[in-house]
Amino acid sequence: MNPATTKTWDEFMEGVWRQNPVFVMVLGMCPTLAVTVSAVNALSMGLATLFVLVCSCGLVSMMRKIVPKEVRIAIYIVIIATFVTVVDYAIQAISLALYDALGAFIQLIVVNCIILGRAEAHAAKNPPLPAMVNATGMGIGFVIGLFALGAVREILGAGSLFGVSLFGPDFQPWVIMVLPPGGFFVLGGWLLLFSWIERRKQRRLTEATQNA
Amino acid sequence: MTKPANPPVVVSGCHPAPAGSASPPPQVTPTTAMIRTMGLVSAICGLIIVGAYQSTYDAVAANKRIATERAVFKVIPAAKSIVEYLALPAGGIEPRVGAGDTPIAPGAVKFFAAYDERGQLAGIAAEGAAKGYADTVRIMFGYSPSCQCVVGIGVVAMRETPGIGDKIITDKDFLANFKALDAKLSADLATLANEVKTVKHGTKANPWQIDAIAGATITSRAVGKAINDSAQALLPRLVPNLDKLASKS
Amino acid sequence: MTQPLIEIRSAPHVKGPRSVEMIMRHVVWSLLPICAFYIFQYGISALASIVVVTATCLLAERAFVRTGTQAGRLADFSAVITGVLLALTLPPGFPLWMGAVAGLVAIALGKALFGGIGFNVFNPALVGRAFVQAAFPTSIATYTPSFLAGRFTEFIPSSLALPLMTPAGTADWLQSKNLDALAGATPLAKWKFDGVVANAIELLTSLSGHIAVGPAPALILLCGVYLAVRRFMDWRIPIAVLGSAALTAWLLYAFDAARYPNPFFMLFSGGLILGAVYMATDMVTSPVTPRGMWVYGALIGLLTVVIRYYSGLPEGVMYAILIANAASPLIEKITQPVTFGRGAPGRSREGSPGYVSRTDANAAIPKKRFLRNKPKK
Repeated sequence: MNPATTKTWDEFMEGVWRQNPVFVMVLGMCPTLAVTVSAVNALSMGLATLFVLVCSCGLVSMMRKIVPKEVRIAIYIVIIATFVTVVDYAIQAISLALYDALGAFIQLIVVNCIILGRAEAHAAKNPPLPAMVNATGMGIGFVIGLFALGAVREILGAGSLFGVSLFGPDFQPWVIMVLPPGGFFVLGGWLLLFSWIERRKQRRLTEATQNA
Repeated sequence: MTKPANPPVVVSGCHPAPAGSASPPPQVTPTTAMIRTMGLVSAICGLIIVGAYQSTYDAVAANKRIATERAVFKVIPAAKSIVEYLALPAGGIEPRVGAGDTPIAPGAVKFFAAYDERGQLAGIAAEGAAKGYADTVRIMFGYSPSCQCVVGIGVVAMRETPGIGDKIITDKDFLANFKALDAKLSADLATLANEVKTVKHGTKANPWQIDAIAGATITSRAVGKAINDSAQALLPRLVPNLDKLASKS
Repeated sequence: MTQPLIEIRSAPHVKGPRSVEMIMRHVVWSLLPICAFYIFQYGISALASIVVVTATCLLAERAFVRTGTQAGRLADFSAVITGVLLALTLPPGFPLWMGAVAGLVAIALGKALFGGIGFNVFNPALVGRAFVQAAFPTSIATYTPSFLAGRFTEFIPSSLALPLMTPAGTADWLQSKNLDALAGATPLAKWKFDGVVANAIELLTSLSGHIAVGPAPALILLCGVYLAVRRFMDWRIPIAVLGSAALTAWLLYAFDAARYPNPFFMLFSGGLILGAVYMATDMVTSPVTPRGMWVYGALIGLLTVVIRYYSGLPEGVMYAILIANAASPLIEKITQPVTFGRGAPGRSREGSPGYVSRTDANAAIPKKRFLRNKPKK
């Protein structure tokens, strides 16, 4: 791979894995905990956020040369709010049931700190293409995080995945998983798993360097 | 199109030189440049929003209509089309003009007249709401003028405990209460002859009583209260005017 | 596990046979008669429930102790107590797989996450119960009457539900025994939803017939007295819990006898006695100051009665104890005893040096813990 491709890949994977917004940075917890009661809800919320993230980072990046730094936050918020409104209309047009299930959390994408954070920390300093690649990576990382929560909560809370029953009609739903505490428990479980993997990797690394 | 630009300009006008510009040499952007940029951004954003609104308007309206129709068809299975009406506080009814989010007159009750495929009145559907265990339970119920009874219910919105309170949409014994729940008016047509009431599980004795689900008494009671409140408000105004609704106009 | 060569401890340096392990062993012994009578009441299902829940707790404890991040050892009996107490708070016909979930959550979430024995904020058994209460609200409210015929040869059908599957309803099974489904309601649920107050003798022993109570309160009190006399438990907490619950219930009863049940019913129904004697007195999660114990106990008693009367739930002991557990560091802080010679707080004598902390005096601070794999910050 040539260096340019490697760098792009690196930018992309940063958000997907190394700086995963849910499991590593623990950002945007409000929708993460609130709407992940089913895999469909989680995935749609993640995709909505991904769309807003990519579009607003692209636009912010295009405008980075002409935005005065005194009013940059106001401008970013206007841009983000615009794309959130677009998503809001789009989801209403696609499915009202989904719109009701996601509730106020679609509008609340505006205050999702992942988006403002990316706009301020990355998009404002880089040309549109790398900015959008980076935002796509972050967005996909967020989708993965939400889906991981939503899938576990739906499997245990309803015995199904994407509405398809997994265990037959006699399954006993774990009511707590579709209630708010379930979100915290599952998030805690995933964080535990990821930090365990990370710690094991670190230990292997130190052992390898000591042996060498 | 310039409307979204106004508030941010006021904000930046209040703080001409923010504290962030401490690095030497201090560069203060002229106010006109800020206004120009914000105006440009707002114009672009405004265009995007208008575009999104226009292109989704029809789909959103159709979705909302389908959702309402589906809720009504569920409680009145014979229905094929619906017309939205208002029951006015002074008595009398009128078709509702301007669908969607237009506000209705205070005291007026919204209901749907459902017609079968021949355009004959199949039933009346109305919404009711009452406080349940977790939050307000909103239901839609179907009323049949011929038997003067409630013939079906559906849940519009609720946040009851899954596995307990939400049995009101799945429990067959509970739903059997609404095959012919008596809702006759008294002789003077001012109130229901018998208040619709939820009673303890296993003690239903009269056709106007609802047998509660064991273990979900509070939610069951909310359903009964929602039907009763809504029927008490709607039926005295509706029943004298039923002939106006007899066939689809 | 390797024991540290030197143990550094702060005062008081009491020499005595009273180790954690020994206290825990006595608590387990005192629980045995309660378990025996419980099994006598409910038969083979109760036995299976106690065995499965305790075994799950022990397995979970073993797995976590092996990681080397935990204080305490498997042999210190604390996991046994957690398991037995947890099983006693669950209905006798509670599906065994749900009991295993409760046991796992109790140890993992209630204890191991905080670092093992002595570090947990909440009573582990109650954490496990709270989880299954929220996860399986229907099963945990399904009680069956005691002293059914054939209870030693036949499982309550809900016990044997397959893992992850809904247990069979007990209504048909009870009907085959010529009992109506309402016989399975606990006295508290009967009072809450039907306004029926059970009489005192039935509550105390459940000997008179088919009534769904948990472990017998009179026996628990007796075992509690043994623990208190042998000083394995502080007598102040149960007295404070029961006293404050009785007082609150009596005040309300005196105010409106038709609406509120008598104080005796309040004390001896549900799990208040078990909670007061065995759960609230958990040494880790209750305050250590004598005055704090009174405050802590009184808080539990008051909250229990308030939750029972004014919430949608029939039983409130579990949440009352968990809330008081959370409050106990605060209670300890405001009930610190006065150092001898210093006078009441806020009126310290002139010229007295006041409290000098180790850090202020630049004293060497001994390392307290010797954990093999203690997570690094």
